[in-house]
Amino acid sequence: MIDHKALEHIAHLAKLYVSETEAQEFASQLSKALGHFEQISKVDTKGVEPLVTPSEVEAYWRPDEVKKELTAEEIVANAPARTGNLFTVPPVV
Amino acid sequence: MDLLKASFKDIAGAVQGKKVSAREVTKFFFDRAEKLDPKLNSYIQLNDKALDEASSLDARIVKGENVGPLAGVPFGIKDMFCTKGLKTTAGSKILANFVPPYDSTVVERLKKSGVTIIGKLNQDEFAMGSSNETSAFGAVKNPWNTDCVPGGSSGGSAAAQASRLCAGTVGTDTGGSIRQPASFCGIVGVKPTYGRISRYGIVAYASSLDQAGPMVSTVEDAALSLEVMCGHDERDATTSQRQVPRFSQNLKEDLKGLKIGLMKEYMTGSGLHADVQKTVQAAIDTVKARGAEIVEVSVPLTEYAVPMYYLIAASECSSNLARYDGVKYGHRAQFESLGGVDLEDFYKKTRGEGFGKEVKRRIMLGTYCLSSGYYDAYYNKACQVRRLMRNQYDDAFKKCDIILSPVTTSPAFRLGDRISDPLAMYLNDIFTVSTNLAGLPGMSVPFGMSADGLPIGVQLTAHHFEEQKMLNAGFALEQSSSVKAKVPHVY
Repeated sequence: MIDHKALEHIAHLAKLYVSETEAQEFASQLSKALGHFEQISKVDTKGVEPLVTPSEVEAYWRPDEVKKELTAEEIVANAPARTGNLFTVPPVV
Repeated sequence: MDLLKASFKDIAGAVQGKKVSAREVTKFFFDRAEKLDPKLNSYIQLNDKALDEASSLDARIVKGENVGPLAGVPFGIKDMFCTKGLKTTAGSKILANFVPPYDSTVVERLKKSGVTIIGKLNQDEFAMGSSNETSAFGAVKNPWNTDCVPGGSSGGSAAAQASRLCAGTVGTDTGGSIRQPASFCGIVGVKPTYGRISRYGIVAYASSLDQAGPMVSTVEDAALSLEVMCGHDERDATTSQRQVPRFSQNLKEDLKGLKIGLMKEYMTGSGLHADVQKTVQAAIDTVKARGAEIVEVSVPLTEYAVPMYYLIAASECSSNLARYDGVKYGHRAQFESLGGVDLEDFYKKTRGEGFGKEVKRRIMLGTYCLSSGYYDAYYNKACQVRRLMRNQYDDAFKKCDIILSPVTTSPAFRLGDRISDPLAMYLNDIFTVSTNLAGLPGMSVPFGMSADGLPIGVQLTAHHFEEQKMLNAGFALEQSSSVKAKVPHVY
């Protein structure tokens, strides 16, 4: 069950601003969905290793080669704000 | 050549043989899209360089160059795929102005094989949705009935392909996003085995489930597209090094010796629309008549596929979408000056403004599932059940080659019908999500029509890397399909 307070905590963890109306709507919708999803607790999974990817590929080595990648200009071209080739952000410390 | 009916082979043969120019073919579909798409909203953006790109292809052909197996075939690309120099939005306001500096591997390979790009196709925001109603660029309409949804999340691809606003399209499928809209719009949609196609340059939603694939008019076009799109890519470590078969050359409609499984759990459920039931039964009769043997199989844990899927997909999306922070690219909230702004508020406001409701819901669901105290009960538990269900699929495929089933419980539903009830929308994915969880290949083949004139697809699922068998069964069904070669009239 996700109440209003729990929802605010989750939104904080997710770094997401949600309005008062959204918070109410989401709390009830997520509670309903989770209520339905909780049925998986009925499955006996004792000792089962979780499957996190269906990929069959094992890690492999590739040659350590220098390759031409994107330029700094191409990378910062989409930045909402920049100073030269640097991203501009609010004070961090 | 009737371009509305032409196959990829027809177009490529004529373009390479200089019977028609790539520019003429591209112009035909571009003009059609420009004229008819306002009724459907299937494109987010047309590529204004499409004709120039086609002309350079023609110039290469004049010089005697072989430009590839899809020479001059115009494609629409779902807006999840990065296209160099062409805006890529993922259907979201947060990426509304993002211009990728590189091509996704899929787009790079299509271009290398001679494809021209008509434009970028509409979709649910970040591929999160089953109706294309969560797009920040407006809902897409189903060309067979514009009061209905085209399905989602690749709704733009399905609508554009069905009404031939391009010759071919590509989509992505995380829980049915290729197969379900393909079924709703009467086209062929293939999601290959996880690892067949590189995810490099595809906007990430749930990385252990996402897989790209063709959404086209015929099984042969799908097979040909797969040959181009599949194969190892050193930029995606999960891609398989297995050889890619020449799918299109191996197609055969004789199904003698093929065992087709009917899954108990998908065939006996109540709530299946009568027209869907009728279509699936007709498909069973058809494969039998073509020599296939029918066997019953069971994958009991599919009962939990929807909960498993949403717990895992939401968890992965909450992590993948953490990158949208308003710093490197994408939307940033407006501040008068950054001097006094708290970094946390900066993130929260930017993300709160940039993401739509469904994306927020899934990010929060996932954040909750991964948070301290809940990880074991939700995310970890879902991954454990996922392994058990995959094992059950392995057992089922010891008894059969292909599983035949419905794609969805009903034909396309009406716009607005399910959007206000997220759980009802999630349950719509009941027959498609288990394929992604197990990493299996699946496809939808258009086969029947509902009493209301909406197309209905049949789903075929195969064991890992057995796409050829699946395509053959699809090819056989296609020969008896009542949707084949039908193009809806877009008013």
